[in-house]
Amino acid sequence: MLNLSKNHKNLVLLSFWGYLILSTFIALIPATQMQGVKPLPGQPDLTEEQRSGLDTYVSENCMACHTQQVRSIEMDKTWGSRPSIPSDYYYSKKRLDFWRQSPSLLGSERTGPDLTNIGLRQSAPEWHLLHLYNPRLVVKQSVMPSYPWLFEEKDSLNVTKNDVVLNIPAQYLKNKRNKVVATQKVLNLVDYLTSLKQPDLPDETTVAFIPAKKKKTSDESAHASDLPDGETLFMKTCSACHQADGKGLPGAFPPLAGSPIVNNPDYSIMIQIILKGYDARAEYATMPSFAKQLSDKDIAAIVNHERSSWGNNASQITEADVKAIRDSVMTQTP
Amino acid sequence: MKHLFVFILLSFLPAVSKAQSQAMDTSNWETSPGVIGTLILVLIVASVAVIIMSAKISAYADSMKKKQIRKRNKAFDEELIGLTDPEIDEILEKRKAALTYRLPGNELSGTEKAFDEKGLISKVTNHPDNPLFDEKVSSTIKIEISPTLKKIVIYYLGAAIFWLVFGTFIGEYLGMKFIWPELDHVPWLSFGRLRPVHTNTVFWGWASLAMIGLGHYVIARTSNTNIYSKQLSKIVWILINSSIVLGNLCLMSGVNNGGGEYREYIWPVFLLFASGLALTLYNFYKTVAKRKISEIYISNWYILAALIWTVILVTIGYLPAYQNGLGETVIQGYYMHQGVGMWFMTFTLGLTYYYLPSSLNKPIYSYSLGVLAFWTQMLFYSLIGTHHFVFSPLPWWLQTVAIVFSMGMFIPVIAGTTNFLMTMRGSWNHISKSYVLPFFLVGVIFYFVGSSQGSFQAFRFTNYVWHFTDFNVAHSHMTMYGIICFLLWGAIYAILPKITGKEPRQVFVGAHFWLAFVGLFAYMISLMTGGTLKGLSWIEENPFIESVVLMREYWVWRAVGGTMMFISHIVFAYNFYIMVKEDKSVTKKTIITI
Repeated sequence: MLNLSKNHKNLVLLSFWGYLILSTFIALIPATQMQGVKPLPGQPDLTEEQRSGLDTYVSENCMACHTQQVRSIEMDKTWGSRPSIPSDYYYSKKRLDFWRQSPSLLGSERTGPDLTNIGLRQSAPEWHLLHLYNPRLVVKQSVMPSYPWLFEEKDSLNVTKNDVVLNIPAQYLKNKRNKVVATQKVLNLVDYLTSLKQPDLPDETTVAFIPAKKKKTSDESAHASDLPDGETLFMKTCSACHQADGKGLPGAFPPLAGSPIVNNPDYSIMIQIILKGYDARAEYATMPSFAKQLSDKDIAAIVNHERSSWGNNASQITEADVKAIRDSVMTQTP
Repeated sequence: MKHLFVFILLSFLPAVSKAQSQAMDTSNWETSPGVIGTLILVLIVASVAVIIMSAKISAYADSMKKKQIRKRNKAFDEELIGLTDPEIDEILEKRKAALTYRLPGNELSGTEKAFDEKGLISKVTNHPDNPLFDEKVSSTIKIEISPTLKKIVIYYLGAAIFWLVFGTFIGEYLGMKFIWPELDHVPWLSFGRLRPVHTNTVFWGWASLAMIGLGHYVIARTSNTNIYSKQLSKIVWILINSSIVLGNLCLMSGVNNGGGEYREYIWPVFLLFASGLALTLYNFYKTVAKRKISEIYISNWYILAALIWTVILVTIGYLPAYQNGLGETVIQGYYMHQGVGMWFMTFTLGLTYYYLPSSLNKPIYSYSLGVLAFWTQMLFYSLIGTHHFVFSPLPWWLQTVAIVFSMGMFIPVIAGTTNFLMTMRGSWNHISKSYVLPFFLVGVIFYFVGSSQGSFQAFRFTNYVWHFTDFNVAHSHMTMYGIICFLLWGAIYAILPKITGKEPRQVFVGAHFWLAFVGLFAYMISLMTGGTLKGLSWIEENPFIESVVLMREYWVWRAVGGTMMFISHIVFAYNFYIMVKEDKSVTKKTIITI
């Protein structure tokens, strides 16, 4: 009938139509269906600055190492409070311009952390600027490239009032008299990064993670303490700024080792700072609020870790202590 | 072995398509089917290496034996030299008598006079040692083809090899950056910008040009005619090369289409490449249409289809209408998977269907298996792109279709592998004779291993452990390098000496083979191990930076393997130069007489 092994026309036509039909079914139709997705109520659009930041994000191909998708599995809880849904990408994944298509933000590799919620995890622009100038300033073992071309080195005499100056330790500078100043490009990029937060779902809807069956841990850890491991939580949540050794970074992030607030027998100020954030000291970056990200248990574990490490030696606290302070502090107007 | 695999697969198929709400049990990850399957596959590759190695060693043992014989002969020579004059005289006298002995010449004919009564004899010759029959016909390996076709093949391969060396040099450099992130501070050389330069160069530069070059020969040869238009071939060569030059310049200067893998070139640049494909399709189609035999050889099915499918694929990949939001992600899964499956895999299989049997000088084992593999390749490969986005916000049905049909991929893979292995059967002695068959054998084994491993990786569980880790990088090198590169090399070493009449030195071909093979193995194993540990570290919800720190030693081993692979490409480039260089003073014939 078709006589494919002798009739080249039929062979070519059958391959063409066969593949086109399959492609329609598996790619064109589902892709078109995704065009009907609407944004969540109250989900913010990107500002012009943030769009320009996204541009830099694409042109430096940050997607090569960073994903922006919280998968529906338990281990991805680290990266967001809920699995990503199609609406999350409504504003960010649009065609960039005439030449370039909608950016592949979901990514395929996590050589670096997922960035879906980076604006919540790490909201301080100062941190992002230092990190982009040289990631190893803030994360010693990082393998991320430095982006010095997004900054300008200026003689300190030429620095104007509007310049955003980075506080870089002297050994990282070629010319000690120079100051590192952020360009508008990198400020926009940081603006984009700090805007990355999972929008809240409308009240009635929930998206659940597929739970993981954990190995049964041996009983001894169970009765030792019902708090999670404070050191791990500290490493995940706090060490990017305050550093693993608790010494902070001079001129950017205050030390916790030997800090009077951390060592104060009255733990309420410390917990308040963690819950509400802190911006009272001009020489340091702003600390974001962690009330949403961390549970009372988590905070108690972190506080206990901080109060007993790096030479600190203050009394331990419990989950109930945190809860009491959260109840009193968070009900006040923000 | 194969039955075992089918059995394993079938028994897990229901588990794969189970509902999403089922919890992930990570406690026994070592015994999960995907992990075990992958381990077995890796062992298969290792044992093939052992087999090839032992064939080579036994060839070496043979040569040692010959050395022994030469030694004995030498001892005999020395004994002769030690003879005294009278002894020699005696021997010579005996020999003289023997040599001067003559038969009378009538032992068979008798003494009666012969007479041709019936006039049967027309010509009588008295010189039975006629030189016309005495001299053996020297077995020339050279195939005469039209000089234009020869030139086309050499030009395509030459450009391809340039891109191979360039692209893998970039890859090598990127591998170093994992160990020394402060290697440079040049924006054009930063990791994010260079990574797509590496992938696009080896994809569209090396593999695609090599495939099209080798394809020209297959299409013309199996259609028993000339290429339809050599002018078109020239234009395509220019289009594709300029697309890669421009695309890489764009990427390095920070103009990136959006970071979707393998479509990082912006559309005006990739349009050059795509029109190159469309013109090649036209050129090949026209050549097949004017073929001088009625059958269309199975290779041409694959080659024509690869071109058709890729033209459709690229068009769908770049048209914007449905690509906002996650539409782009659907297309990305479709595009990046089928860029590999419909273009590289399909085309290279077509080449193998010609070059493998022709290098062994025998027909392909089964034409029908080839046809079965062809249609199942189209059906199953098309549907599985979304397995790159398992657990993502893409529709769950799309993910399930992708996972189930990933299992279906076993049909074309097993059909193809069987076909090739059965073609090789009975010719295993070629392994010790040259490196053409080892290249094909490794390519075919990786075809089975790499593709099956990919199917295993699509399981929801294995995806859970391996997705986003360096395991993906191991997988893509296992397939693009293990399958595509090795098969292309086999084809190049099979055909180039025949059309140019010049052979590279076996020791350099061997160096190429072993460096590439051992390098790939080191590369693969280190990233597979590291990737698994990384995934487990994430599952245990350790701080992320720990998974970066633990990768360090595996990245070092990856760089070691990568360096070996890169060196092998330089050796390959040298071999290519030897095979194609124009040298008028020394022809093949004079080499033989020397």
